Amino acid sequence: MFKAIGKQIKIIWTQIVTLWLVFLHLFKKADTVEYPDVKPYMFPRWRGRIILTRDPDGEERCVACNLCAVACPVDCISLQKTEDEEGRWYPEFFRINFSRCIMCGFCEEACPTHAIQLTPDFEMAEYVRQDMVWEKEHMLIQGTGKYHDYNFYKVAGKAIGGKGKGEAQNELPPVDRRGLLP
Amino acid sequence: MFSFEVGSLLNIGLVFVVGLVVAIMMIWVERRFLGFWSDRLGPNRVGPFGLFQVIADAVKMLTKEDWIPPFADKFTFVLAPMVLPIVMLLSLGVMPFAPGVGIMDLNIGLLFVFAMAGLASYSTMLGGLASNNKFSLLGALRGAGQMISYEVFMGISILGIVILSDSFSLREIVEAQEDGWFVIPQFFGFIVFMVAAMAESHRWPFDLPEGESEIISGYNTEYSGMKFGLFMIGEYIGMVVMSALIPVLFFGGWHAPFGLEFGNEIISGLFWMGAKTSFFLLFFVLVRAALVRPRYDQLMNYGWLVMLPLALLNLLVTGAVVLYQAG
Repeated sequence: MFKAIGKQIKIIWTQIVTLWLVFLHLFKKADTVEYPDVKPYMFPRWRGRIILTRDPDGEERCVACNLCAVACPVDCISLQKTEDEEGRWYPEFFRINFSRCIMCGFCEEACPTHAIQLTPDFEMAEYVRQDMVWEKEHMLIQGTGKYHDYNFYKVAGKAIGGKGKGEAQNELPPVDRRGLLP
Repeated sequence: MFSFEVGSLLNIGLVFVVGLVVAIMMIWVERRFLGFWSDRLGPNRVGPFGLFQVIADAVKMLTKEDWIPPFADKFTFVLAPMVLPIVMLLSLGVMPFAPGVGIMDLNIGLLFVFAMAGLASYSTMLGGLASNNKFSLLGALRGAGQMISYEVFMGISILGIVILSDSFSLREIVEAQEDGWFVIPQFFGFIVFMVAAMAESHRWPFDLPEGESEIISGYNTEYSGMKFGLFMIGEYIGMVVMSALIPVLFFGGWHAPFGLEFGNEIISGLFWMGAKTSFFLLFFVLVRAALVRPRYDQLMNYGWLVMLPLALLNLLVTGAVVLYQAG
């Protein structure tokens, strides 16, 4: 009998303590960040809006290798390779459906030329769903993004106009196999 | 006609307009304070301090599609949400707010309030039944069980007050508290009544008829638009009624504490009644912010095994003391 009464008193007491502790939160500062008025600090490695970058010479970095499209878990990237008269590969079109994109950053990891990069921008809401499909001209920026010095064709073995075989950085001229004969 | 006497046109207008405005503004107050108490800000975008949030909510409610599910019992489905605000407004009518302020002075005012609170449970039951939905039916079932069992000791808990004040009229109960509030001799009655009032207006933590984490939204799952709005407004008016009833029964109604009366009797009375009512409105919100919902068997056990004996004991002791003093 007394044990049961004591238990009930304890129950009521704990409820009162809860009420008091919650009441004290009235005098605490709210954790809310009032977003449109106060912008949060976005870290440089935040995975947001996807951009396509250019190399230091101002040419497109993307070589249309399709690795990003393969890596993409939601299949939101589609592109078509084409080639200019110098022999450089570049995408004829490069399309990302941002209504599907989950900003996982796998495309950035897969990209062998640092062309596709994710930025700290996240304000991409649209009123029309079709506006969420971005083409190359929407994503291609004038700068180099996060990697300022990297120039794929300067280090790659592929011959393009103005750079023959073996003229890339850290690359020896092609071995003349007949010269190796004993 | 336009003077402060019970039942004048001025009083009717004042009570209903203020009552409704307070009930509607409680939507904003509740959300704002819930925000503060959980370290958020609450709605603060529409208008100064977010005060116009209520208008935005009303526009949203009124322009929403008013849909009646094809499997529902149409007549009852439409009837159910009307019951709640009507009976709650009716019980606002017998509330004495200050000397000479009030719509009617029934000599059975207290019983009238309980009758209306009992009718309010029809809103829950019919709403759940007419929806023809299993979750709604479960909600209505819970609502029926909860309200019937909590009404029992809600009635018993205030019989002590009826003994002390010798009247069922709310105004006479307030006048009997001129020398001392009933919360002191009737402390256990107050606790029981407080719990029962929360359960009766099925506010948190006794929102088992709704219980959105268990049965979606309970009896109002199928309701949308203004029909749901009526349920909500009815609940808030019920909250105002209960918050006004607690000061009237236990905290001396319009009587000022510590002799802090000022100016006109009516002005002072309205101020203190408003202050006490606001305190209990905020207390209801605090309880919602702090306490968790009990399981259904816990709710029933608590009602029948703890609250009912407490109320009976309180009635017994009060009756014995009154009889002893009478000699």
